[in-house]
Amino acid sequence: MKRLLVLGAGTAGTMAVNKLRPRLPRDEWTITVVDAAQTHYYQPGYLFIPFGIYRPDEVTRPTETYIPDGVDLVTGEIDRVFPDENAVVLMDGTRLGYDYLVIATGTSPRPDQTPGMDEGEWRDSVHEFYTYEGAVALAEKLKTWQGGRLVVQIVEMPIKCPVAPLEFTFLADAFFTEQGLRDQVEITYVTPLEGAFTKPVSSKYLGDMLDERKVALEADFMLERIDPDTKTLVSYDEREIGFDLLVTVPINMGADYVARSGLGNELNYVPVDKHTLLSKAHDNIFAIGDASDIPASKAGSVAHFSMDLFPDNFLRHVAGLEMTGKFDGHANCFIETGHGKGLLIDFNYETEPLPGKYPLPGVGPFSLLKETEMNHWGKVMFRWIYWNVLLPGKELPVPALMSMAGKRQEDV
Amino acid sequence: MPVTTLNGKSVHVNEEGFLTEYDEWDESLAAVLAEQIGIQLTDAHWKVIRFLREDFKAQGETATTRRVQQVGGVPVKEQFTLFPKKPGKKMSYIAGLPKPHGCV
Repeated sequence: MKRLLVLGAGTAGTMAVNKLRPRLPRDEWTITVVDAAQTHYYQPGYLFIPFGIYRPDEVTRPTETYIPDGVDLVTGEIDRVFPDENAVVLMDGTRLGYDYLVIATGTSPRPDQTPGMDEGEWRDSVHEFYTYEGAVALAEKLKTWQGGRLVVQIVEMPIKCPVAPLEFTFLADAFFTEQGLRDQVEITYVTPLEGAFTKPVSSKYLGDMLDERKVALEADFMLERIDPDTKTLVSYDEREIGFDLLVTVPINMGADYVARSGLGNELNYVPVDKHTLLSKAHDNIFAIGDASDIPASKAGSVAHFSMDLFPDNFLRHVAGLEMTGKFDGHANCFIETGHGKGLLIDFNYETEPLPGKYPLPGVGPFSLLKETEMNHWGKVMFRWIYWNVLLPGKELPVPALMSMAGKRQEDV
Repeated sequence: MPVTTLNGKSVHVNEEGFLTEYDEWDESLAAVLAEQIGIQLTDAHWKVIRFLREDFKAQGETATTRRVQQVGGVPVKEQFTLFPKKPGKKMSYIAGLPKPHGCV
């Protein structure tokens, strides 16, 4: 029997086992998946919890519900991978051998990596919304907050779902407007990037949207530390920004066991071939989803499109054949902009987000880089699609690779 | 890609003036590139630039400020002193490498 071991039952790991189990004969292959948690979180939903749009119980389901028959689910924390022995050891001492290993333990916010962040003011005037606990704590805070200086800030790229801090800002503007508090709230968006977003065309669109909402933009801000006593952000070039409520996106890093096992780069991401997701160091290890170092968004969308190509590649690789599916970094993201509207962007390694229609050229129904109600409904429907179509590994009727059809090139 | 003359040598550059061919760079060009952005190169600058060159050769991409700290051993704070305001951009410009990409 050959053994496939998957580390992590998040978005990518769950899709992988659902797609691979029917393709790997049960009399030839065992599949085991390890996760520390018994709950699967719908992470795109965290954004909505602080504003009371989603209840916390709407974003959780039991992990085992999504693990198919014929796959062993092991609950436990990973201590180390021993790639030369083809084995993984868990914190409780359990040793799991493998023939092929898939690393899918994602990326996590690490407030401990910035001096002053998780001390004193943490979860009091310093908040984040990238964890379940953080989103729930911020919801509590916003229920009673009376206004002041709200600072939304990104410590360092890359981060999970890079549009989420902008969405948070748009939703905060709408939330305070609806509460009749907007005049009492000064909003500043602080980023290490040169503008609102990474690529020129979308950066301009999104920057204009911050302007329209009277949100100040502080760009090129590389955070060195937070002074919890004076409630101030201090950058490496000694700029200071005071806050009454800070919503930060801490540095994101891959799992610590990846570093302990000697498999990670400086942010604990596993270096892989960006088209096949095969480890550059080990011929029987893949890293999928946010856990790899591919230069694409850390997002469920990237995990989804790459997982459309992964099963065929995996089967060819184990058969000793060349992998023919070439992932292009394709992602698309609904960007919630408040007041029941949304934006959609679609892009890959080579092509930045452009305006146009998606998925049908000229028809849509979704509009790219444009605020519409239809885009908002796309985002709302997506939670159902996630639980019922994506995680179980079923096909969505959109192509895995990005298409230029329906898009317009534009000068900035 | 446009071609420009630096220090009497023809080199390929992109629209922002970054060299696009790894092998067209040499140490004498670094001083010229540094001067263009108001930086006088010292041993401390050279430590960073040599690390960036070596690391790019091995990795195929430009090290981020974090990687220069973790792997190259030069703290981010010092990088800001050596290459004020925008160390990531300035270091790579002088080293004749592409900007480290902020991922989407």
